[in-house]
Amino acid sequence: MKNRVVLYFSAAQSERPIIYQLIKNTDLIVNILKADINPQKEGYLVVELEGEKDCYEAGIKFLKNLGVIVEPLSQTVVWHDELCIQCGACASFCPTQALAIERDSMIVSFDNSRCVVCGMCLDCCPTLAIKLHFEVKEAV
Amino acid sequence: MTYKKSYEEINEKIRRGEAVVVTAEEVIDVVAEKGYAQAAKEIDVVTTGTFGPMCSSGVFINFGHAKPRIRMQKVWLNGVEAYGGIAAVDAYIGAAQVAENDPENKVYPGRFMYGGGHVIHDLVAGKEIRLEAISYGTDCYPNKSVDTVITLADVNEAFMFNPRNAYQNYNCAVNLGDKTIYTYMGVLKPKMGNAAYSTSGQLSPLFNDPHYRTTGIGTRIFLGGGIGYVAWNGTQHHPNVQRGENGVPMVTAGTLSLIGDLKQMDPNWLVGLSYLGYGPTLAVGVGIPIPILDEEMLRYTAVEDKDIFLPVVDYHQGYPYGNHTDLGFVSFRDLKSGRVNIQGKEVVTTPQSSYPRARQIAAILKAWIQAEKFELTQPVASLPGADSPIDFKSLPDRQPNGVISMIRNRR
Ligand code: SF4
Ligand code: SF4
Repeated sequence: MKNRVVLYFSAAQSERPIIYQLIKNTDLIVNILKADINPQKEGYLVVELEGEKDCYEAGIKFLKNLGVIVEPLSQTVVWHDELCIQCGACASFCPTQALAIERDSMIVSFDNSRCVVCGMCLDCCPTLAIKLHFEVKEAV
Repeated sequence: MTYKKSYEEINEKIRRGEAVVVTAEEVIDVVAEKGYAQAAKEIDVVTTGTFGPMCSSGVFINFGHAKPRIRMQKVWLNGVEAYGGIAAVDAYIGAAQVAENDPENKVYPGRFMYGGGHVIHDLVAGKEIRLEAISYGTDCYPNKSVDTVITLADVNEAFMFNPRNAYQNYNCAVNLGDKTIYTYMGVLKPKMGNAAYSTSGQLSPLFNDPHYRTTGIGTRIFLGGGIGYVAWNGTQHHPNVQRGENGVPMVTAGTLSLIGDLKQMDPNWLVGLSYLGYGPTLAVGVGIPIPILDEEMLRYTAVEDKDIFLPVVDYHQGYPYGNHTDLGFVSFRDLKSGRVNIQGKEVVTTPQSSYPRARQIAAILKAWIQAEKFELTQPVASLPGADSPIDFKSLPDRQPNGVISMIRNRR
């Protein structure tokens, strides 16, 4: 299974090699999508965890036992095709190519699976075709 | 012998359903295959298109009279002010008008969620629009206020009249400062983090008729999904600038003033825009047909992205304060590829104008002509050309004291 979660760290936890241990102990594939974390400061990581279901559950348990707050990623970006005028401005701001221009046709498309909800595209769309959608997921 | 066609001959072929019409992209392939002379002989019309933010657009509306009558002094449409100082129930709603009570840039950068451009879009879409107007009351127009709901179908006339559209070439905008800036060219990341541009290149109308040979006053065009006309040269029309060998200007040059009946336009081609930190505007769809009168016209329309150059302008110090840094030129082909090289640095490009939509407009116009719905018009007068002595003027900085006393004396 594969899931995206937000991990909130306290200042003390951010000193420890938690992600290293998580990978080592559980065999999960950890893909860091977004990070705002510095030594001796609280912060968060947006990660995508991939692995067998029991590994995933073990991993979440491991994090929770360390006192890390684990929350489901609750925002998604919705691209309103019908509002989009295909200018392409957003694609140059998107770090993951979730919004991308096919160069021959210059047509813009949105691939939700690549979106890390960084929000960069929200500011630059003049038709407000890209919107943040808040989604309350059930806790894992 | 060089081949020549007249407007009448081309229209005759359109009426017979025999005209050969290609888009400004397709003509490039035809030339590659057959050469200029043969292509000029075969092709009758080349269609162009552009769809992008075009400030200096707006709509004149006559609302009809209320009972009792009002001489509208101030007018608002969905809370956006329209200029009412024309006549009793005429007003002009401009695309760039900010809504009343908009937080503007007080919370920087402002969002400008709704403005004049959005009102125009909603009008064309047939939506209900709140109309508020106030006045002081006169013997002939006693009413002092109206607050009602209108739609496009309710008003007597609504015609789009855009003082400046279809800019022939435009700056490629970068930011040399160290903070993100919010401009009419979009969000510009610091230290030349991106390069914004707004033109449809080889599809753009005035790149295909660089010397305004067939585009002039009275030219029938595609405007906002309906039929419009070139009314005049646009404001800031400044044709005597540096040009390439192909006649294409290397900097901002010609502009067009366009007119057309809003009632037959389409909301798909008039879209309200919100520029973060700048303000509202309107994306306008424009398509101009170019008659291939001779080989010279064909050569102009065969212009390619690689032959079109835009000047790179800094919007941190250069544009706003006039402290320009020479950043050279970039080709439209490179801009369209997603990356350009500016002063040895590779920069990601940010388009503002929609190339896919421009392509669709050229295709629609082509289909109209092929379906015998659209004939070409010979301009009734030409636009000022590259040799006309037009200066690009700036605002004078003078002390208004003398003028103030003059105005007082008049009262
Ligand atoms: S939120 Fe970020 S990753 Fe997602 S589409 Fe927008 S710019 Fe791309
Ligand atoms: S910036 Fe907005 S309108 Fe332009 S392509 Fe992206 S989603 Fe579409």
